[in-house]
Amino acid sequence: MRWLSDDAVTRLRHAGSEPELTGTPYRILDRLGRGGMGSVYLVEDARLNRRVAMKVLDAADRSGDLEARLLREARVLAQLEHPGIVPVHDAGTLADGRIFYTMKFVHGRRLDEIAREPSSLPERLRLFRKICEPVAFAHSRGVLHRDLKPENIMVGPFGEVLVMDWGIAKVFAGSAKSSPKDSGTFESAAAVTESAAKAPAHTAQGAVVGTPGYMAPEQARGEIAQLDQRADIFSLGAILKFLISGSTAATGTTSPPPRRLSAIVAKATAPTPGSRYASAQDLAADIAAYLDGLPVSAYPESLIDRTARLISRNRVAIVLVLAYLLVRVILILWHPR
Amino acid sequence: MNKIVYGLILGGVLGIFDGLTAYFTPAVRAALLGIVIGSTIKGLIAGALIGWFARKVNSLTLGIVFGLAVGLILAFAVAAMQPGPDHYYFQIMLPGGIVGLIVGYATQKYHGGVTETARG
Repeated sequence: MRWLSDDAVTRLRHAGSEPELTGTPYRILDRLGRGGMGSVYLVEDARLNRRVAMKVLDAADRSGDLEARLLREARVLAQLEHPGIVPVHDAGTLADGRIFYTMKFVHGRRLDEIAREPSSLPERLRLFRKICEPVAFAHSRGVLHRDLKPENIMVGPFGEVLVMDWGIAKVFAGSAKSSPKDSGTFESAAAVTESAAKAPAHTAQGAVVGTPGYMAPEQARGEIAQLDQRADIFSLGAILKFLISGSTAATGTTSPPPRRLSAIVAKATAPTPGSRYASAQDLAADIAAYLDGLPVSAYPESLIDRTARLISRNRVAIVLVLAYLLVRVILILWHPR
Repeated sequence: MNKIVYGLILGGVLGIFDGLTAYFTPAVRAALLGIVIGSTIKGLIAGALIGWFARKVNSLTLGIVFGLAVGLILAFAVAAMQPGPDHYYFQIMLPGGIVGLIVGYATQKYHGGVTETARG
């Protein structure tokens, strides 16, 4: 009798757990990763001759809970058409009974990997602003991500940002607050709400989902019914803090971040939702103001602060004017006409 | 305010100031009014040209280079027009070049320059 090697056993185990794609136009190329609900595979779509990512449950779900959650994730994602949110292409049931959906295969690297590399603080802040955009869009459609963290953000080769893993996204009551200026807003928000309503409630009051360190205190306490966009804003603040600290670590600087920037982080990650930014756009606007050398809403300036900021913002112009005056004085003193 | 108007105002103001500095040179104090008028006209011309360039080209570096070049060329022309054997090229062109540089920088950086908000 011959024993199988560990390697062979591992390969057999993988083969056994791989989804049955018979009857679909997909062919498995690689396994990209595994999450709480299932796995993500790189598959080839033979119809369109392109590579897509397929998220599929690890096994047929007898209770139906995971199936419903995966389908709900696909439906929510399908409603969120934004360049910063990965688009869904297809969804269905495989021959082995497992639920799947396919989405765009994202080329890029995770934000936590990018943050380890040296880059300037302004570059990181510009990247952060891009992260706020799809989150703000989802909020306008009444969808909370609830698990925003660097590992769930992909950055493409051209600096494009994609917010991933909407598996525990939640439709919140704030969808009715969507901007009436956007004629499609209410319709889309209603569609998301409807798709969510068809699915069973996945996160009961008291159940804690999210990632420690990035999860808002009210989310960590399991106050699901009270969650609104400010829970995601807390997570965005934690991501901002991560990017700022990563910047100082990568460049080897030990000086603390600028006070105005620390104030933005503090406001975004305030313990009570009422003290945070009201929207992701407001947070992004403060970051833009910081980058432009303008006052930020999170930091009330003293006269000294304002003067220092104005000097810092206009230092080139000030240096040029001083150079001119110096030249004039030298010419008057040394070369009288 | 568009960039040409902004360049005109800035160039004019700096031109007046540049002309007024002649007060500190006793040898030319008597001709102060003429110097201020000439310097203001030079500043206005430089400001209009640099503002026009800033409207066409959105580049801080090119704006500075263009401003410096315009400032130097106009200052050279003014120096060349000076009566008498001494043209004071250095004394006129050096501050004139810096004034052009300031206007070139300001028209690119302020009033519709590239900001984070504009980048979206």
